[in-house]
Amino acid sequence: MSAFAPARRPGPAQSRTRGVRGGRARAGPDRPVRQGSRTPWLCLAPALLVLAGLLAYPVYQLGLISLLEYTQAQVSGGRPTSFQGLGNYARLFSDGMFRQVLLATVLFAAACVVGTLATGCSLAVLLTRVRALPRLLLSLAALGAWATPAVTGSTVWLFLFDADFGPVNRVLGLGDFSWTYGRMSAFALVFLEVVWCSFPLVMVTVYAGIRAVPQEVLEAAALDGASQWRTWRSVTAPMLRPVLLVVTVQSVIWDFKIFTQIYVMTGGGGVAGQNLVLNVYAYQKAFASSQYSLGAAIGVVTLLVLLAVTVLYLRLMRRRGEEL
Amino acid sequence: MRSAVAVRARRPVRATAKVWRAAAETTAVGVALVVAFPLYWMVLSAFKPAGEVRSAHPVPWTLNPSLDAFQRVFGQRDFGRYFLNSLLVAGTVVVASALIAFLAATAVTRFRFRFRTTLLILFLVAQMVPVEALTIPMFFLMRDIGALNSLVSLVLPHLAFSLPFAVWMLRGFVKAVPEELEEQAAIDGAGRARFLWRILFPLVFPGLVATSVFSFISTWNDFLFAKSFIISATENSTLPMALLVFFDTETPDWGGVMAASTVMTLPVLVFFVLVQRRLVAGLGGAVKD
Repeated sequence: MSAFAPARRPGPAQSRTRGVRGGRARAGPDRPVRQGSRTPWLCLAPALLVLAGLLAYPVYQLGLISLLEYTQAQVSGGRPTSFQGLGNYARLFSDGMFRQVLLATVLFAAACVVGTLATGCSLAVLLTRVRALPRLLLSLAALGAWATPAVTGSTVWLFLFDADFGPVNRVLGLGDFSWTYGRMSAFALVFLEVVWCSFPLVMVTVYAGIRAVPQEVLEAAALDGASQWRTWRSVTAPMLRPVLLVVTVQSVIWDFKIFTQIYVMTGGGGVAGQNLVLNVYAYQKAFASSQYSLGAAIGVVTLLVLLAVTVLYLRLMRRRGEEL
Repeated sequence: MRSAVAVRARRPVRATAKVWRAAAETTAVGVALVVAFPLYWMVLSAFKPAGEVRSAHPVPWTLNPSLDAFQRVFGQRDFGRYFLNSLLVAGTVVVASALIAFLAATAVTRFRFRFRTTLLILFLVAQMVPVEALTIPMFFLMRDIGALNSLVSLVLPHLAFSLPFAVWMLRGFVKAVPEELEEQAAIDGAGRARFLWRILFPLVFPGLVATSVFSFISTWNDFLFAKSFIISATENSTLPMALLVFFDTETPDWGGVMAASTVMTLPVLVFFVLVQRRLVAGLGGAVKD
């Protein structure tokens, strides 16, 4: 695959970190190369089997179902299925509801990504500025939020913001304002929960990245009379770029395919479906109204969007001359 | 940190630095309290007597804690079984994906072979596949292999979804083991299989632990598949379903929901605290290069 061969440009040293890597140079011509051996394929066999049977095949099936007429009648074997071509997609995109859900999903995911990254990064920087005890407290709290399963996190946040018994409305003096009734306030509530449970991963990763910047480089910058801001901009930030890229891509993917939080917190998509996002909508189409083909078509749309993000990510990595 | 004040000179710069740090620390503690509050409220509400949970003026403490809510939860038919089911599914996925991913990660880091880069990209792309979007074909697949309504229908999909990330994350750990060890082992007459399991596996173990956290959490968190695949055989339901029993949208039993949530969150928290150091190291291994 020469297309993905590292196109290394001469330039600033790539981020090199202590710890796990043990300072060993990356795979290069100096490594012993074994070729023509069956061993790697034997080792890979179980993983490839699992992925082929449980990932590739379902993806193929998803695409297939989205091209067929597939409803309860076909599932129970009452009627033969027929090939629809792109008919299901045409139906989807002419459906105002679907367009609205698609737009809502994109905007909601974007808001969640920005919120998560902003919170995670600023708290990571904050962690570098405090002594051990406050750092421990914040890390522990974040660990707790991180470990909380999506279902329980959703129920707890609902309870906190409950109109009758929740403490938040009392503290804010909102009376019996219902957060889940309005479209925006319901999305806002889910947004808060999503940021709460996903910022810790960003915080921990970015903090580890900041700590991995070699001390000598920072000292050299200080000796050269660079201001703190300048040091951050010219030394730390470039070294953090790969880390930031990974957490951004992870967040985008994670937030775009959100299901549990929306489903639990808005009671399956909100009043009259006002809080639907793609995955919940696909679920409703398939399992509530047995329109499997439409559900599958929505799934394909989700898949394609995330694939586009992945390709973009790979291109960015390649541009940086990463070696896989 | 690095603020060892060597010289106790009272320069104005020092004073501002002190003020800044005090502000930063106050902020950090404040944020920590806000972040921890939902969890505190969850546990507190689980221990509050029913009357206090349903009070219009909730207070952040309770003077007469009760176990009523927990009794309701554990008194629910089959709750213990749901808990075990969740544990069984997550445990199986963790062990299976760790072993399979270890072999795969070794193959792609220790060997050069045709299609190696292609495979790596495949693993990366596979991570991006949205689990939720595959519910429909998964449903039919599980139906066709007769796994619907059984725990197998929860194990298999999650195994597939945990695997790519696990391989990707373990790469760093396998890479970190020096090549010389392998040469040394070969000189000492250890075969390749022996080297793999007796030397490489223990050395990579911390990485396996970090990786398994993610497999565990994603499986333990499962809600969609449990909801879609376990339809009639309720004895094979998992924890989220048990929690939703108390969560009737009309009149939720908040005490019960909070108690069930506490029970569901606890194992993950314990697991997390036990492996947190390795977790951070593992993340570093996964994102650095």
